[in-house]
Amino acid sequence: MNVRVRSFTPGALAALIGCLAVTGVQADEVQVAVAANFTAPIQAIASEFEKDTGHKLIAAYGATGQFYTQIKNGAPFEVFLAADDSTPEKLEKEGDIVPGSRFTYAIGTLALWSAKDGYVDDAGKVLEKNQFKHLSIANPKAAPYGLAATQVLAKLGLTDKVKDKIVEGQNITQAYQFVSTGNAELGFVALSQIFKDGKVSHGSAWIIPETMHDPIKQDAVILKKGENNPAAKALTEYLKGPKAEAIIKSYGYQL
Amino acid sequence: MTLSSADFAAIWLTLKLASLTTVILLLIGTPIALWLAHTRSRLRGPIGAIVALPLVLPPTVIGFYLLLAMGPHGYVGQFTQAIGLGTLTFSFAGLVIGSVIYSMPFVVQPLQNAFTAIGPRPLEVAATLRANPWDTFFSVVLPLARPGFITAAILGFAHTVGEFGVVLMIGGNIPEKTRVVSVQIYDHVEALEYAQAHWLAGAMLVFSFLVLLALYSSRKSQASWS
Amino acid sequence: MTSQINVRLQLSYPGFDLDLDLQLPGKGVTALYGHSGSGKTTCLRCIAGLERAGQAFVQINDEVWQDSQSNLFVPVHKRALGYIFQEASLFPHLSVLANLEFGLRRIARNERRVDLAHATELLGITHLLQRTPNNLSGGERQRVGLARALLTSPKLLLMDEPLAALDSQRKREILPYLQRLHAELDIPVLYVSHSQDEVARLADHMVLLSEGKALASGPIGETLARLDLPLARDDDAGVVIEGRVAAYDAHYNLLTLRLPGSTQHLRVAHGPLAVGQTLRLKVQARDISLSLDPSEHSSILNSLQATVISETGADNQAHVLVRLDVDGCAMLARITRYSRDQLNLHPGQNLWIQVKSVAVLV
Repeated sequence: MNVRVRSFTPGALAALIGCLAVTGVQADEVQVAVAANFTAPIQAIASEFEKDTGHKLIAAYGATGQFYTQIKNGAPFEVFLAADDSTPEKLEKEGDIVPGSRFTYAIGTLALWSAKDGYVDDAGKVLEKNQFKHLSIANPKAAPYGLAATQVLAKLGLTDKVKDKIVEGQNITQAYQFVSTGNAELGFVALSQIFKDGKVSHGSAWIIPETMHDPIKQDAVILKKGENNPAAKALTEYLKGPKAEAIIKSYGYQL
Repeated sequence: MTLSSADFAAIWLTLKLASLTTVILLLIGTPIALWLAHTRSRLRGPIGAIVALPLVLPPTVIGFYLLLAMGPHGYVGQFTQAIGLGTLTFSFAGLVIGSVIYSMPFVVQPLQNAFTAIGPRPLEVAATLRANPWDTFFSVVLPLARPGFITAAILGFAHTVGEFGVVLMIGGNIPEKTRVVSVQIYDHVEALEYAQAHWLAGAMLVFSFLVLLALYSSRKSQASWS
Repeated sequence: MTSQINVRLQLSYPGFDLDLDLQLPGKGVTALYGHSGSGKTTCLRCIAGLERAGQAFVQINDEVWQDSQSNLFVPVHKRALGYIFQEASLFPHLSVLANLEFGLRRIARNERRVDLAHATELLGITHLLQRTPNNLSGGERQRVGLARALLTSPKLLLMDEPLAALDSQRKREILPYLQRLHAELDIPVLYVSHSQDEVARLADHMVLLSEGKALASGPIGETLARLDLPLARDDDAGVVIEGRVAAYDAHYNLLTLRLPGSTQHLRVAHGPLAVGQTLRLKVQARDISLSLDPSEHSSILNSLQATVISETGADNQAHVLVRLDVDGCAMLARITRYSRDQLNLHPGQNLWIQVKSVAVLV
């Protein structure tokens, strides 16, 4: 009985949505899974998006790996804004997305940051001086910013030197928390976390040149569940448009 | 695919953390539980509520406050820095402190129940038989509360093994220092290493079941004893 | 007085005030008698130090245990006392023997005046030593508790209604032990009870408590015979007399007992006892009738000469209670008001009393 009700409901919902689309009422909702580092920009984009299209954006924020597991297990997300490009690619290979919907919506910028003014110089010499106790990074196995951070350290030849001082946040949000609370003197964070109105808003930072690590491409996809939802399509199109691009750049991402 | 050396390091660290936490909790939880069981003070309610807080608070709340308190700007952090210990975040000692707070109610409450069940009478009898308070504790309270101590130790240990949120918030995921089993599992899942996650998670499941089995079996035999 | 117990207590709880100033004999059994809520148990707990009275002075013979004026408070475990609770409160995790040794082991060897063999023999528990408390009857438990307390060689034994939790059969089982204890050990006992029967059997001295105050304190015989106390209005009001065996009639199985300080005798049905031994008797007021002449032709055994001292109204309109003197020994008689007027009773009047029944307490 339960099973029948469950299998029936999404169908009914889809039919309802279809009806609404045909009659031309454009007040659709779209469920979006958003990488935690993109929280602030998507909120700014959402209000513009809702104003311009009449659709409603419902966002969940979290870790990309977790979203992957949830999506594979039937989570109701329709659009996925990942923190990397490998997870959307994996979903694409496994047939969980609308073919052809994958695109890079932002390229993340890595920054070495300290909550203390003047602590981090703009060439990263502070790393070589090695006078700190804790260097915070995101978990490199799970977070692209963490992987990029290890690539930067390797490039500087400091991997072994700072090995014992590294503390890992489970994601880039936690890596930021460790630094912002002063528990770690400095750490590799996403520029978007410390960037406001075109500049680093507090503390001191070295914006890492993109040549020092693989690009942190953040890809978006429309998931199978969003296949028939016009709002999903509308959102991905909107993300490619000039208004969204301006917002994304203002948070320190590149495109 | 079996457990890696990193997994074994995490298991060893977890057992070390849980054992130490349990010992510390029995030492400080016993006087707190005794006080709560026997006091007529007005502070009984507030103190009891504070001890029970970790039961209802999400571990991330405790972890967040500990991160702030033990950090360089927090009261605890300033104190530990002043006495030359530095800050305790990202250290094993910090995890022990976090675990002690987090698992406190799981030790204090069974003890408190045991002491309340014993009541004041055996203590009074012991006093009239010339036993001083320490003597009374070791020769009367301890043996009579033994089932409570066993329950408290098992729950404290098991709950610390299962701890995740607090460790995540203040640990920094350092191998052999703060990377415990639950965090290691989370890492595996995050990195989509499902096979390894299965091994560890399965081991945790079996461990937890065995612990609870031991607990419930011993409770049954205690019931027939009394 | 050289050996004496002095107790002054002032204590206030919501709805209850205790205010006592007692001088009690330093030997024998003193009963703290009163209804529940009269403060007897609180008084006992304060003397033990289990409860701490705000204003207190507690002196047991030559030892001061508490003196709030000089801020002295000897903790319970340093007071040489034995405390018997209503329930035996044996330690369930220890065997009977280990329970007995609990206190004994905590007493310095040279302070031990009661040994294990003596205490277990005295209380008839030698065969129980290897048992656990769970396998004992209520009476056995209370006897073990008593032995356990005795083994600490206390200078004062405090008993809080030790028989109250027992049924009447168990009470009869344990009472002889308490009486032996009284006879064989020279330890002063404070005995809390609300049973006149227990008090009459065991106590030498009694304190009558009511609402936290002492209404009377004195030797048991005198106190029970007082007309001005609520005791006299009890249904089983009466006096306790210590009689000395003067003769034994084997043919009729009757003991002849001489009243203290008197040449008059009471005869009671009883087994043989040696001449000179004392026997405690209770004579209830309702069992005594008064007569203006000696009734020689009656089935009543005992007829004594007495003098009327005073009288008071009893618990109802129909009766009066008369206090009489038999050669210095007080007696109470409960008679109807009608009889009083018929006999024209007045203080100083000489008459005969007829004792219908006498209860032997020991």
